Amino acid sequence: MMKSKAPLLFIITAIASLITAISFGIIATLQYVQFDFLKPFLTFNKVRPMHVTGALSWVLLSAIGGIYYYLQKDGLLKKQLLVSYHFIIFLLTGIGIYTCYALGIFGGKEYLEFPPILIIPILIGWFLFAYNVIGSLLNGFTKRPVYFWMWCTGSVFMIYHLSEAYIWLTPYFKDKFLANTALQWKAGGSFVGSWNMLVYGTATYVMAKLSPTSGVGTDKKSFFFYFLGLSNLMFGWAHHVYLIPIAPWIRYFAYLVSMTEWILLISIIYSWKKSLNFNSTIENKVVIKFLSSTDKWVLINLFVALLISIPAINYYTHGTHVTVAHSMGTTIGINTTILLASIAYIVQKENPNFNFKLVLKGLTFFNIALILFLITLLVAGASRSQWMYALEPSAFAAMQYKLKTVYLIMAILGTLLTTTILVMVLPLFKGLMKALRG
Amino acid sequence: MSKKFLILIVLICFFGVYNYWVYTQSQPPTKPLLSTNALQGQKLWQDNNCNSCHQFYGLGGYLGPDLTNVYSLKGGDFINAMLNSGISTMPLFHFSDLEKQNIITFLKEIDSTGFYPDKKSIIHKNGWVEISEK
Repeated sequence: MMKSKAPLLFIITAIASLITAISFGIIATLQYVQFDFLKPFLTFNKVRPMHVTGALSWVLLSAIGGIYYYLQKDGLLKKQLLVSYHFIIFLLTGIGIYTCYALGIFGGKEYLEFPPILIIPILIGWFLFAYNVIGSLLNGFTKRPVYFWMWCTGSVFMIYHLSEAYIWLTPYFKDKFLANTALQWKAGGSFVGSWNMLVYGTATYVMAKLSPTSGVGTDKKSFFFYFLGLSNLMFGWAHHVYLIPIAPWIRYFAYLVSMTEWILLISIIYSWKKSLNFNSTIENKVVIKFLSSTDKWVLINLFVALLISIPAINYYTHGTHVTVAHSMGTTIGINTTILLASIAYIVQKENPNFNFKLVLKGLTFFNIALILFLITLLVAGASRSQWMYALEPSAFAAMQYKLKTVYLIMAILGTLLTTTILVMVLPLFKGLMKALRG
Repeated sequence: MSKKFLILIVLICFFGVYNYWVYTQSQPPTKPLLSTNALQGQKLWQDNNCNSCHQFYGLGGYLGPDLTNVYSLKGGDFINAMLNSGISTMPLFHFSDLEKQNIITFLKEIDSTGFYPDKKSIIHKNGWVEISEK
């Protein structure tokens, strides 16, 4: 049967989204330094959703493309044509969303700022994905490896939580501001949990393929951590709302279940590394290098996440750039390195003679730039917290002016980080284009 | 039925019960509901993506200040003046008088739900933070 090229198109579009995200990220940071930078054309309320949507699209499209690719490669994907329909729906919706942002047409809530009607094609796309993935794996499902469980449950929960994010439109919730705020963060937190199922499932798949004898993906431990991660997806969201006067039991419960998901991944990666043959080819080496970076970023982010999930510390870090450092650390440090490992694996499969030397060089500088960028965010967060809890705080604008140097360093490091990301992704992009034409 | 599948079903059932409780109990009964005018103000807030710069209860963008208690701290006239003039970072949105009034009502009603930053919170030795009630 003729293989569909749509999985590669998802990944190519994902890389284009990543480049879009980092470009708008730099503009946003420059607007912190020079408040009226590009203001007549591109105000911050347009730039921020363009940056965030690009980042979300990068993670989701590259995970989706990878999953379709792997299912197709393993001869499991049943409905190849649906993949193309899915791609067209997401591409047109994405163009629609960016057009709305450029024209200043909003109407949604944070992270989903586009007019609510646009969630309908997004949900249709996810339905197609879930139908195709689950339909392809249903036969003998209970005996399948853990990564297939992760992809199936991730796709179902993605639909549930994206729908839940619009519960504020219903008459029962419409006028309940506190409930809506809590549910917005419940949906958002679990949405991230759902994409983590897709991304971590991808990491587990690649690790299992590179080291088939390790037991990764099939042993009891993998399933134990899968269920722990799923519990976290379902119940571990409320650390975002510790300081909101909602029903206290929700916050107590969140304190109990917070952040076990990180322990999950690090444990899987460690057990995998032990059994891995490091005398691999240069091509495997790049995949291993990316996943080893993931390993280090999990450790760093685990530390930050565990700290800010303690309410007494969360009290001071909430509402500051410390939260941004945590979310960027996980999105860039963990998710991006996993997804780049997956893309490198695919490029290598499609072009066995591909030269990864530049990608490897980029990865070294990427890790350095990211750690410096995150430290700057933590400094900005600590300064803001100090201002917030001062007995007699100065005006907000005075605090922002005081932080201008920190924001300038952030902009410089952000540009450096962008450069290192480009050094890694442009050769991979070229490799994917070659595979698409081939 | 396999043990793994059974665990999945049990988790999903528990999730269903948990969601029912969260949906019905997250808004404490003592907390006010938004009025029709405040809902109009909320719509303007979302239509102009004010959340990209401002926060409520520390949630939102950080380019502008948190506005949870801006009404009790600065008053309606101050908010009106800000909406009339815009500043170097904030664009001038050209709201009508009625729209400005609805935004102020929205901010006033949010203010009545609680404090942020809550400087009177009690931090317990076990790491728990008891937030103050308004």
